[in-house]
Amino acid sequence: MNTNDKLINDLAPQKFGKLGVIWTSTLIVIIIIGIIAYIDQVIKGQVVTNMRDYALWGIYISNFVFFVATSFVGSVTVAILRLTNNTWRTPLVRIAEIITLAAIAMAGITIMLDMGRPDRLIYLFIYARLQSPITWDVIIIPSFLVISFLLLYFPLLPDLAILKDHFKEKNPVLSKWYGKLSLNWRGSDKQKALQAKSIKIIALMIIPLSLILQTIDAWLFSTTYRIGWDSTNFGGYFIAGAFVAGLGALVTIIYIVRRVYKLEDYITEFHFDKIGKLLVLACLTYLYFNINEYLLPAYTASVDEATHLNTLFSGSYAIPFWTVTIGGIILPIIILLFKKGRKPLPMFIIGLIVVLSSWWKRYIIVTPTLLHPFLPIQGVPESWRHYFPSLHEWAITTATLAMALLIITLLVRFLPIIPIQRTADEQELLKTTKTIEP
Amino acid sequence: MEDNNKNSRRKFLDKGLKVGLATALGGLAISKISKLSAKSNSNPEEFVELMTTDGTIIQVDPSEVQEINHSNTQEPTYNVREGMPNRKFVMVVDLARCKNALKCQSACNKNHYITGDNAWIKVYKMQEAKDTAPYFMPTTCQHCDKPACVTVCPVDATFKRKDGLVLIDNERCIGCRFCMAACPYSVRVFNWSEPDQGEITVNMDMANANHEYYSPDYAGMPSLKGTIDKCDFCPHQIKNNELPHCVSACPNNVFYFGDKYEDTVSNRDEIVRLSQLLKDRNGYRLMDGLGTQPSVYYLPPVDRLVDFDEALKNYKEFESVEKPK
Repeated sequence: MNTNDKLINDLAPQKFGKLGVIWTSTLIVIIIIGIIAYIDQVIKGQVVTNMRDYALWGIYISNFVFFVATSFVGSVTVAILRLTNNTWRTPLVRIAEIITLAAIAMAGITIMLDMGRPDRLIYLFIYARLQSPITWDVIIIPSFLVISFLLLYFPLLPDLAILKDHFKEKNPVLSKWYGKLSLNWRGSDKQKALQAKSIKIIALMIIPLSLILQTIDAWLFSTTYRIGWDSTNFGGYFIAGAFVAGLGALVTIIYIVRRVYKLEDYITEFHFDKIGKLLVLACLTYLYFNINEYLLPAYTASVDEATHLNTLFSGSYAIPFWTVTIGGIILPIIILLFKKGRKPLPMFIIGLIVVLSSWWKRYIIVTPTLLHPFLPIQGVPESWRHYFPSLHEWAITTATLAMALLIITLLVRFLPIIPIQRTADEQELLKTTKTIEP
Repeated sequence: MEDNNKNSRRKFLDKGLKVGLATALGGLAISKISKLSAKSNSNPEEFVELMTTDGTIIQVDPSEVQEINHSNTQEPTYNVREGMPNRKFVMVVDLARCKNALKCQSACNKNHYITGDNAWIKVYKMQEAKDTAPYFMPTTCQHCDKPACVTVCPVDATFKRKDGLVLIDNERCIGCRFCMAACPYSVRVFNWSEPDQGEITVNMDMANANHEYYSPDYAGMPSLKGTIDKCDFCPHQIKNNELPHCVSACPNNVFYFGDKYEDTVSNRDEIVRLSQLLKDRNGYRLMDGLGTQPSVYYLPPVDRLVDFDEALKNYKEFESVEKPK
């Protein structure tokens, strides 16, 4: 009983410290600036961006792809590790679920920011045509949003009941909310069986759903004739990329949460070691698809394709291309192959590099292709031949990233980041097996 | 007991099926027989003589003759999404004649009230390889029969008509720009800001005297912020039996416009047979290998009457829409 109390005390949500307040208010300020920039964009039109008729998509789209990719982490850590019976996932799953939910919610919002006529959003439903990949996105994103919400919510039920009791005297209002959200969880056998079954179904569903989500995202590009997009490799390439981006985000956020909430006893070096190995696997898979995507075409490239590849290998996009390739794929493989590389701090740094590389990687996928159309770019202002985001685009995009971080922050603030009930059960199990064994 | 019950039900079903099958077969046989007997009974005088479509006279039993409704002789009602019935519009661009006069472009810009930085008609300075001669190539929307833009549109804003035209409903377009990404010919233009079409409002009122609401039939009337525009092959001209603005504006007779079903195309001066023209002059379509099946054909720039350097004087690399100064 004593250990259980300690567990609850350790893992129950804590109030923001001074740093937490500063962090949250900074995020809110960034979001407000972004909202103002967006309102300006709606009034003036997308002329406030640096997108034009050739660079017709910009960071709104690449940022959207980044969010979609990041949302993959939920199905990797939760569903796949669950199916493969990897019990070390326990202290990591809740954070992964939170990242997934925040990322997919922001993906849905980000894609709308790119619309020329947001006032006609409803047309996507009333005039929907099934042959357009955008309609597939309209179907899959809300579906995935619901499933990832349930994946977070159902395992939470016992914890919410625990928190209701925990906050009964300290904070009656909060306790009441936890009580309502716990849906009268009493931990009866019937409830437990129902919950276990539901989680199992959701965990099974989220795997195909997230694979479909990533693939549709890739098809948004590969259903066009454009050089650099018109690739049969794109589906797998995007899935592998999402594997890397999601794990990178998970490592980074786990490290911060562990530091801030002092959870060293629960998220140990063992966990970092394990997740580091998983990240190496992800990077190796991604490397394989990158070789397929960039190195192999170099052998049989048509003139146009060769121009595109040259821009990436040695041309105007060479620096970002090699930075994201080395930083996002090769460096993590090398460092994380060593046991010392898989300690928390190096892992955090690698995770951060992976996340940044993943974001710029999508930029490299979207932009250079658009600037190499089949017919030459002529008869338009010189500035249309290049693309770099405008202040408006940066403000809005930063705001979407801040909003994702705010969702994560608030969920971390009010939910137990490490499943309490599950941890208790596992510790109980450990104790009983120990007492039986000798 | 239960088992027995099931068994009897199965038997009943089995029998029922068999009886049903027998009835159906019987009915079929009886109808055949009755027809046979009808044939043998009737006299040859009672046959009706009819002529088939290939001109042979046949005799038909009167009972076999059925009256059908006459096809509607009235002109079918015009539907903007269906297009003009029994037409298929095509264009031929003779590259040997293009002197980069840019009259097509300015006529198009003027008549469609294009005010942005990107004209719908481009005249590209082309050179396939270092050791081949350069030439000028005007491009309009290719009005593909397999249009990539239409395939990807999520809301049916851009559509393909039976008369070959690919048009845009600017009241429907959500501005996702997927069609622009899909188009391999880069012919689509986005209204990044509120188009400043100036005089258009006056002209709009005149146009509106004919039809009360906005129609995709006249692109650029008006252009709308946050939506796509492009060359519409001027259905508003075709309807009045006139050539599209670019065709009639060209001083060098570069453009031919016509109907594929009639196999004729015409520029301002002559009417020629489309199939013959394409055969004699080795007509081709832009990036035919992609399978988009454009409605615009090009005649290669052979036996040119054009001095390229002379034409180059007109070339503006960074401008296609003349701005009022």
